[in-house]
Amino acid sequence: MAGIVIDGLSMVYTLPGGGDVHALNDVSLDIKQGEIVTVLGPSGCGKTTLLNIIAGFLSPTEGEIRLGDKPVTGPGAERGMVFQQGALFEWLTVEKNVAFGPRMAGKPAAETAEKVEYLLDIVGLQGFGEKPVYQLSGGMQQRVALARCLANDPDVILMDEPLGALDALTREKMQGLVLKLWKETGKTILLITHSVEEALILGERLIVMAPRPGRIEKEFRLPFPDEALVKPAREVKAGAQFVETREEILSMIWDMEEEIMGQSDEPQV
Amino acid sequence: MSDKKKPTDLSIWLGLSDNTFTRQKTVKFGDATAVNSGRFYSILAVVLLFAAWIIASVFNLVEPFFWPTIDGTWDRFIKLVTEGFRNVPLWEHVGISVYRVLSGVFFGTLVGVPLGFAMGLSPVGRGIFDPIVEFMRPIPPLALIPLIILWFGIDEFAKIFLLFLASLFIMTIAAWAGVSSVRISKVHAAYSLGASKFQILRHVILPNALPEIFTGLRTSMGVCWGTVVAAELVAANKGLGSMIMIAKNFLQTDTVVIGIIIIGLIGYAIEMLMRRLERWLIPWKGKG
Repeated sequence: MAGIVIDGLSMVYTLPGGGDVHALNDVSLDIKQGEIVTVLGPSGCGKTTLLNIIAGFLSPTEGEIRLGDKPVTGPGAERGMVFQQGALFEWLTVEKNVAFGPRMAGKPAAETAEKVEYLLDIVGLQGFGEKPVYQLSGGMQQRVALARCLANDPDVILMDEPLGALDALTREKMQGLVLKLWKETGKTILLITHSVEEALILGERLIVMAPRPGRIEKEFRLPFPDEALVKPAREVKAGAQFVETREEILSMIWDMEEEIMGQSDEPQV
Repeated sequence: MSDKKKPTDLSIWLGLSDNTFTRQKTVKFGDATAVNSGRFYSILAVVLLFAAWIIASVFNLVEPFFWPTIDGTWDRFIKLVTEGFRNVPLWEHVGISVYRVLSGVFFGTLVGVPLGFAMGLSPVGRGIFDPIVEFMRPIPPLALIPLIILWFGIDEFAKIFLLFLASLFIMTIAAWAGVSSVRISKVHAAYSLGASKFQILRHVILPNALPEIFTGLRTSMGVCWGTVVAAELVAANKGLGSMIMIAKNFLQTDTVVIGIIIIGLIGYAIEMLMRRLERWLIPWKGKG
């Protein structure tokens, strides 16, 4: 188990017609083992690029990612990933989706079956093991995605807007599940979201990113995830501090969006 | 409750009454899901065609040289089944045509799918095969018959080779499309779950490509069925195509008509069978 060190990360895309886009500019962040960190920002702030670099799908122009003291050079099983949608294997049943990682690693089938059953129980899908995943609702599919990721026992879980495609009510329920899994497994979690409320309720630390060039604008340390574990999330979300922080962040992002709209569409050179 | 009379199951089945689903709709013209099966009219159309044939036969309205009588055709059919055509039983003519199609599609798939995968997964594979496939694709397989006769003569191998070519390019393109259609998030997810390149090929890319491959298989079967009959018209002494061509030389219009009907029925059966198989083997199609 280890935390993630993001060290001086820059990402420059060169456009086909000439000119560069700075998707990330000198981003550094130190995520400790067992922390749950949320990243928030307007579109184009480079948050998905950041996650893809940590996952090892992209190689940065400058800087590096370290897991413990090992530099990241490609994707690996110690960094699990939960996507927004459509990343389940629709040709497999629920339990075979969850068992995918251990099966690829050649773990004994009996041991894996036991683990799968345990995980399906935790995410609230007991009895759904033999269903094809396409018969499940969007919320249930994301439960499968969470279980599939946990089955591999990764050190770090990266989540790319995992609840973004769900309806509002399902989304709140799933936020509770993410918190519960974090508490019970002690995994390091980095979650990207568009929703300010979600970033607040799920982030011990909340990183606000700004666009053009993509950079870290501000960081908050928040008590809300711990509070939401002991009392109803709705109550936490209605609290004075929560509302105040939410408004502060919203106006911050609002200003960024205004600024972008004011600029020309020309990429920065 | 409305006091409208509830239609019987039979009249719903025949498409004369709306079913419980379409009955509630007020807008029907322009809503394709509200158009019922119209099965009554299908039956009517077939019955009318047969009636016309019967009437024409009874009153000798058409010269049998152009179109045989229905009873004459039936007699001929019994004769073809019991005695065969030119000492070859009818089932053997049918069997050899089906066998040629299945062999051609089998070898076409065997070679085409790996080619399509190579095109979708490696720049070398794509570079080598892209111009060949794109060039061969628009050429109708029948245009290759003369060359194949020059190369291989007219024996069994020549025919299967022609059908192999006909299905090869369809299967290559289908497999290529299947590989290209994989969502990158599925591949990324598999890598993050620790899968190796080979495991991704076997457990992600291949199952993801199966629906496209199966669609290719269906197209392939249809094209090969058309091609085999045409190829047998040109050069063969067994098979449905050759049967109707030789029958024409003897002015046996009834045998020609029987051959055409069997060709149509088998083509239809192949399509239905492939749809069944698809629903059974690839239930996740279109649900990714």
